[in-house]
Amino acid sequence: MIGARCGKATMTRVNITDASSSPPMPDAIIQLQTVTYSVKGRIQPLVTDLSLSVNSAETLVLLGRSGSGKTTLLRLINRMLLPSHGTVLVDGKATSDWDPIRLRRHIGYVIQEAGLFPHFTVAENVGLVPKLENWDAARLNSRVAELLHLVGLEPSEFAQRRPAQLSGGQRQRVGVARALGADPPILLMDEPFGALDPVTRAELQHEFSELSHRLGKTIVFVTHDLREALLLASRIVLLEKGRIVADSKPQDFLRIEHPEVKAFTASLQTVPGVSP
Amino acid sequence: MTPWTFFITHRAEIFDATLEHVELVLIAMLIAILIAVPLGMFIVQRPALRTFALGVASVFQTIPSLALFGFLIPIPFIGGIGRRTAIVALVLYALLPILRNTYVGLTSIDPAVLEAAEAMGMTSTQILFRVRLPLALGIILAGIRTATVITIGVATIAAAIGAGGLGTFIFRGVAMVSDAVILAGAVPAALLAILADLTLALIERRLRVH
Repeated sequence: MIGARCGKATMTRVNITDASSSPPMPDAIIQLQTVTYSVKGRIQPLVTDLSLSVNSAETLVLLGRSGSGKTTLLRLINRMLLPSHGTVLVDGKATSDWDPIRLRRHIGYVIQEAGLFPHFTVAENVGLVPKLENWDAARLNSRVAELLHLVGLEPSEFAQRRPAQLSGGQRQRVGVARALGADPPILLMDEPFGALDPVTRAELQHEFSELSHRLGKTIVFVTHDLREALLLASRIVLLEKGRIVADSKPQDFLRIEHPEVKAFTASLQTVPGVSP
Repeated sequence: MTPWTFFITHRAEIFDATLEHVELVLIAMLIAILIAVPLGMFIVQRPALRTFALGVASVFQTIPSLALFGFLIPIPFIGGIGRRTAIVALVLYALLPILRNTYVGLTSIDPAVLEAAEAMGMTSTQILFRVRLPLALGIILAGIRTATVITIGVATIAAAIGAGGLGTFIFRGVAMVSDAVILAGAVPAALLAILADLTLALIERRLRVH
């Protein structure tokens, strides 16, 4: 299996570069080492014995069906969950050793439907983490304006609006800007464009693709949409039932001989006679 | 004597009784809010205590008000004849709407918002005071409004145990079989209830964000 092969290759590389028991790889900013996550009352773990390294500045897309463990994996990275077995390292430090608050302010997080605070203005939403980090007002305001420009929202028009006064696409833009608030090196995105209409979704995907290249952040992006994965990823990891079944560059992904990859590839050709 | 002439001739007395009534309600509401809102915040994370607290508060609501005043009279410290007993009873009545609305308000927040708050690195105290409470405020206030209107009504019965207020006229009027005297207590009490309802509704609308 491809996942297993990849896992071994990683381990071998680690052993060559450093002899100690669990050293972080030089450019691996996030590392999952034989991670299992199970919940009480469920026989099958949500994530099973999974190892994965995410390198600095790559956009890793976690692809999989509902229930394949994608979101669980994201939540393990920012310590919303702690692994039942194994270790998750962020910047070489186990998440169990991180102060959860410090860790989360170090990692941007974007979710479906944005989860914006309805009682805050757009500016207050975007400036939340800098404010929690006690930035002074001038720095905070210029950061908010900068971020709104970055996601294509004119501050003079949008800064004082409330989330209820925005369209779905605009809300999602604010969600991205908020996640970038205090300039975190890592960005976790959980189906951020999933609830948008197809046209707006395509628009945001393209813009985000450009943005992610410009920002140079380490991004872990969860989706069940292969098209989106192919567009945004610098690397695609396919999950099935809590295990990695494929790990490749997007251009090689469609050639992988694995039933789950085939299933996803088949999903691209949904309209007979129309090639994707 | 027509109600109107009675009202004119006794206006100073009615005014004093109204003030007394308002005072009773305000004191009782203040105590009820100070108990029910923190208690509501406390039970959000504690399912066992939640069932118990909401259950007890519901039981108080089902006791007929006159009976509750009666029950309290023989109890030492909080009981006896007079205002103190009345305030205790009014507080017990006001608890449920405030407690229930505080709980509902705090728990009916969009899970995505709470997930985002946690993922952004807010502490649980910050989430409570900057996210949960502000978002629940409208619903909590609706509970306070319901409780206030109930308390204004129930407080008229407090006159039966010597707590004063507008109920004094109602009981006196019943004893004298005089509509004019009953109305001198009932009309200001009804107006107070309407006024409180409208004022709190206005504040509530300003605070509600959804």
